[in-house]
Amino acid sequence: MSALRLGTVLASSVLLGGLIYWGWPAKPARAASLKPDGERHAAPDFALKDADGKTVRLSDYKGKVVLLDFWATYCGPCKIEIPWFMDFERKHKDQGFSVLGVDMDDEGWDAVKPFVNDEGINYRIVVGNDATADMFGGIEALPTTFLIDRDGKIAAVHVGLTSKSDFENAIEQLLQTPAHAAGGAGRVSLPAELVGAR
Amino acid sequence: MPLAALAACLCLPSLWAQGNQYLTAEASQKLVAKRGAAAEAKIAVSVQPGFHVNSNTPSDAYLIPLKLTWAPGGALEPGAVVFPKPQMEKYEFSDKPLSVFTGDFELTAKFKVPAGASQGPGIMLGKLRYQACNNNSCFPPKTVEVRVSYQVQ
Repeated sequence: MSALRLGTVLASSVLLGGLIYWGWPAKPARAASLKPDGERHAAPDFALKDADGKTVRLSDYKGKVVLLDFWATYCGPCKIEIPWFMDFERKHKDQGFSVLGVDMDDEGWDAVKPFVNDEGINYRIVVGNDATADMFGGIEALPTTFLIDRDGKIAAVHVGLTSKSDFENAIEQLLQTPAHAAGGAGRVSLPAELVGAR
Repeated sequence: MPLAALAACLCLPSLWAQGNQYLTAEASQKLVAKRGAAAEAKIAVSVQPGFHVNSNTPSDAYLIPLKLTWAPGGALEPGAVVFPKPQMEKYEFSDKPLSVFTGDFELTAKFKVPAGASQGPGIMLGKLRYQACNNNSCFPPKTVEVRVSYQVQ
């Protein structure tokens, strides 16, 4: 084999390998942040109180697309995203979509209620705790936002401030996808001691 | 796996920071305090590169200030804590500049030494509470222990 042919074969191999590794261009388009169906895992269920003292379970949202936002009142980047989430709630709530905010302030409702009133937040807020954070892999950075598909599986995770269009594209794509399992099965039930509420 | 290696390198600082402190605080030197007089301890604070902490006078009521408190006990009576002038920094996530500290700075903790204080060595134990963010995330408030060794003369 001549040096030229050997070079051509090597270059072709590198190009082919690169295409396989970084993604074949003819792949169907998917919102950049969404995991393929096969890589999604069931979102853990929790039971937390909302501002009215009602218990909210993630499993209450079965069959819906859920944007689950871990946030805190001291978190500047969270405050950028909250108006976007209010827009999404208004725009998509009739299509089987809900935003659920999990506040992680140490002071709980004392910190959250004034903030929710000041900002006019139009979606449901619950107060989370360390046990809730641990269930989702130990949340340290805020905001951390999960997009959950109609089957109750985590389709995307965003850590830190993310672009509005990334969320919008992913939500629209998830809303177009019907639930595979009747009733949105798949969420993990956890022992009562892990299902924290305060 | 060049892409994976690059991603790992880019993620390392945030992975390292998780579960760790974003700030260190240490008294610069042993404090020699005379009975009946005032004394000052210099505390060197260092914020991790890429992070900031709210100043002692944050720009927004919802932000958590930098605060140094002392545990009861010890021969010294805690007084005021003097903070440096904060920096006003603009971040991607804020419409207006925020009052923050970054990098290395120094706090001055003032004490009074009662006239009847026992002579000899001791340690004042303090807690510095802070809340850190980087350019696109914030982290729950944390505290670091501050130890000021002193010798009452």
